Amino acid sequence: MYTQAMDTLREEGGDKPPLRTAEEAQLQQRFDNRIDAGEFIEAKDWMPENYRKTLLRQISQHAHSEIVGMLPEGNWITRAPTLKRKAILLAKVQDEGGHGLYLYAAAETLGTSRDQMLDALHTGKAKYSSIFNYPTLTWADVGAIGWLVDGAAIMNQVPICRCSYAPYARAMVRICREESFHQRQGYDSLLVMMKEGTEAQRAMVQEAVNRWWWPCLMMFGPPDDQSPNSAQGMRWGIKRVSNDTLRQKFVDAAMQQAEVLGVSFPDPDLRWNEATGHWDYGKIDWSEFWRVVGGEGPCNRERLAARVKAWEEGKWVREAALAHARKSDLKEAA
Amino acid sequence: MISSIKIPAAPELSYLLRLADTCLISGQRLGEWCGHGPILEEDIALSNLALDLIGQSRALLTLAGERSGQGYDEDQLAFLRDEVDYRNPTLAELPRGDFAFTVLRNLMLSTWLKLMWERLRDSSDAELTAIAGKALKEARYHQQHAADWAVRLGDGTEESHRRCETALATLWLYTPELFEDDSVDAAATAAGLGPAWSQLQEPWLAEIGEVLGEAKLAVPPAPTFRSTGKRGLHSEHMGYLLAEMQYLQRAYPGGAW
Repeated sequence: MYTQAMDTLREEGGDKPPLRTAEEAQLQQRFDNRIDAGEFIEAKDWMPENYRKTLLRQISQHAHSEIVGMLPEGNWITRAPTLKRKAILLAKVQDEGGHGLYLYAAAETLGTSRDQMLDALHTGKAKYSSIFNYPTLTWADVGAIGWLVDGAAIMNQVPICRCSYAPYARAMVRICREESFHQRQGYDSLLVMMKEGTEAQRAMVQEAVNRWWWPCLMMFGPPDDQSPNSAQGMRWGIKRVSNDTLRQKFVDAAMQQAEVLGVSFPDPDLRWNEATGHWDYGKIDWSEFWRVVGGEGPCNRERLAARVKAWEEGKWVREAALAHARKSDLKEAA
Repeated sequence: MISSIKIPAAPELSYLLRLADTCLISGQRLGEWCGHGPILEEDIALSNLALDLIGQSRALLTLAGERSGQGYDEDQLAFLRDEVDYRNPTLAELPRGDFAFTVLRNLMLSTWLKLMWERLRDSSDAELTAIAGKALKEARYHQQHAADWAVRLGDGTEESHRRCETALATLWLYTPELFEDDSVDAAATAAGLGPAWSQLQEPWLAEIGEVLGEAKLAVPPAPTFRSTGKRGLHSEHMGYLLAEMQYLQRAYPGGAW
């Protein structure tokens, strides 16, 4: 989902290539050589302005996605059906907050503060993954998000552990480990309902899977031939695997898991292709993707409003903490 | 709709349920903050506190289920008990309020729980002793976290100070219930299960007084109002809390989760 930052650039206008001095051209050459050699770029190293901007856009969008992503699942914490599930869900959503923290810290190494990034989120300038603009209507949505949304996120994120920008790559290693637990708990929750549950529970699971399937396929971004910024991302080692390749890998894995689970996906064109050794799937409605990215999804307004409300209602708390810290400093100095 | 389970009227069981429900209901309220905290770090911290409290309640409910003689498990006790059989003091169930309200309630309850866990390490019930040993470490951290914030907010800005005073005035009304004894305490003390709640009052007042002093907040006058949650007579808020918490178990009879 997080490669979406590059895919939605056309929505945001993109950047013009800047004029360069001879010295910059030389630095650029050295940078290109390092990327070609598979070296990692650290925060203090020289980097082209567009590389910095692209990374900042991607990492901050990824961080925002983690934070906004707490909301749809957080919606079920108070209603979790058992104490064990409540504890797992709390731990999971809390992990997402932790991911947001590492990612904001990684993005700060590129010279933008967390407050600036949050301001961009709250004023609608920065985006977050469009998947979180879909509602969680039943308890099975929590399992479906773990299985499918986190499953898709893992497909997307594992290659980022080898991203050329080292602080981002390091953050991703830890995040991927936790995401893999998140996916397992989601799948396990659905498996229990499907195998040991009632007819009503099985219907609940199937209905949730029906709603999440297509939005999950969209998480990988537009088809490769309509993803103009992907080539530059690949060149820079920010993006390692193409949208369509990742999407296909996800579909192939999900098909096997769905069989074990005993659920189907809402796509009559899904069939095994002997020749390619992959599952063929139907046409994705990209107009829906662009509609949701553009702000017209089912929950865009609610999600952003919830973040803005938490931030505004927390203003006095942050001010008090700062005021108290200043008083303590003065006391120490005296 | 699944009907409720019946709870035997044994005082030692009530003693365990009072403690278990204090943890569970506080955890439920703290869980409401997840995704809505004033700072990302605090969002994570509040969820962490909730997680610890839910964990403590699970251990206690499992123990209470064993001691009930009815074979109830933690989930039957959490999700299939009627409001009148919930035994937490009312303080725990009050709506989460603003961050000052949450911090000060955490301070009161974590201090109370810490003192309780310290004493339960000497319980005649070996399983309760083991639970107390683990929970005590968590409660110490919870108290420290709440105390740090109480001082920051009490001695922060004019607004944060005012919000603390407002929260404190309400919360204080519900504190006498934390220290009132009845036949449940008498039975627990006689059996060596745990202390009478009144025994916690003096150290609690001393510790709370110290934090409030540092936070530049005055200890409110002793209230005449008495809340009665631990006897099963709750505030109007409790019904909504349980309706939300119990709905899936009640709506899907025979379900597996």
